[in-house]
Amino acid sequence: MTDHASLVGALNGGHMQGEKHLVPLRVYFTVFGILMVLTGLTVSASFMDLGPFNTVVALVIAVTKMLLVVLYFMHVRYSSRLTWAVIGAGFFWLALLLLMTLADYVTRGVGWLHYG
Amino acid sequence: MSGAHASQHPALQHHFDNLDQQFEASTLGMWLFLVTEILFFGGLFTAYLVYRIAYPEAFADASHHLNIVLGGTNTAVLIGSSLTMAMAVYAAQLGRRNTQVIFLVATMALGLVFLGIKAVEYSHKFEEHLVPGINFVFEGRDPIHSQLFFSLYFVMTSLHALHMIVGIGIMTVLTVMAWRGRFTKAYHTPVEVSGLYWHFVDIVWIFLFPLLYLIDRHGPVH
Repeated sequence: MTDHASLVGALNGGHMQGEKHLVPLRVYFTVFGILMVLTGLTVSASFMDLGPFNTVVALVIAVTKMLLVVLYFMHVRYSSRLTWAVIGAGFFWLALLLLMTLADYVTRGVGWLHYG
Repeated sequence: MSGAHASQHPALQHHFDNLDQQFEASTLGMWLFLVTEILFFGGLFTAYLVYRIAYPEAFADASHHLNIVLGGTNTAVLIGSSLTMAMAVYAAQLGRRNTQVIFLVATMALGLVFLGIKAVEYSHKFEEHLVPGINFVFEGRDPIHSQLFFSLYFVMTSLHALHMIVGIGIMTVLTVMAWRGRFTKAYHTPVEVSGLYWHFVDIVWIFLFPLLYLIDRHGPVH
């Protein structure tokens, strides 16, 4: 029992005993404010013709919003390293899914996806 | 860690040393589930990406038929519901029963507003003959593949809405538990874990909104 507990403690980077972090309320309100501003920003940017950068701007804003939600609302900033590893693995697998699929499709040459 | 069983909390399961360890295991388990959810929605996002690269005109034309005002309002509503959810978790961490119930109910209410607006959007799509397979009439450069855009739109947003409905169900249970005073400073794991789920659903929408509604809007309408 003790060995198991100390193992889990070590995996968590010693972040174990009674350290449920209470995030100050002003952090939640600040994050909420930034999320709203970014939403306004992404809507206004979508009406400007930025060429290929319309997609880039929209995705950069979306990823920023995601990171804010994950780090603060979901408390990951204050979570154990084990949690970080699990989340990191999830995004790594998502990257594999997207990149390897695209690596196939975008290298098929002209007329790809127009079968038969 | 030893001696944790000396004064055992009623919520402590026998296979954990103490409530902190139980909390850690529960949040980790929820994150593992959310990783499978990331890949579940990731498959749909991949399909969207592949077809958008293949048929850019069809997707741009179709995207112009989505309502940015309703979609944007829903984004704000959902971000607001994430804030009230975070507040509910905060109240649970402090063991404040009434505040917790108020914020859980507020989160559910905002979730219902989102679903209501989504229902209005869906009914507009039926009126405008933009429902693939059943009722699809489209004037554009590439109508067949615009239909593909709307298939992805309906599958992705309805799957997201289904997650919202499940979330509201979970929160109904939580509200009853909170009302009965089940959560304290020492034990509020279900509130925290349900919060993770709710914020995840918010994040899915944070990507759906720009990808479906926004990124093709700068071009001319065809």
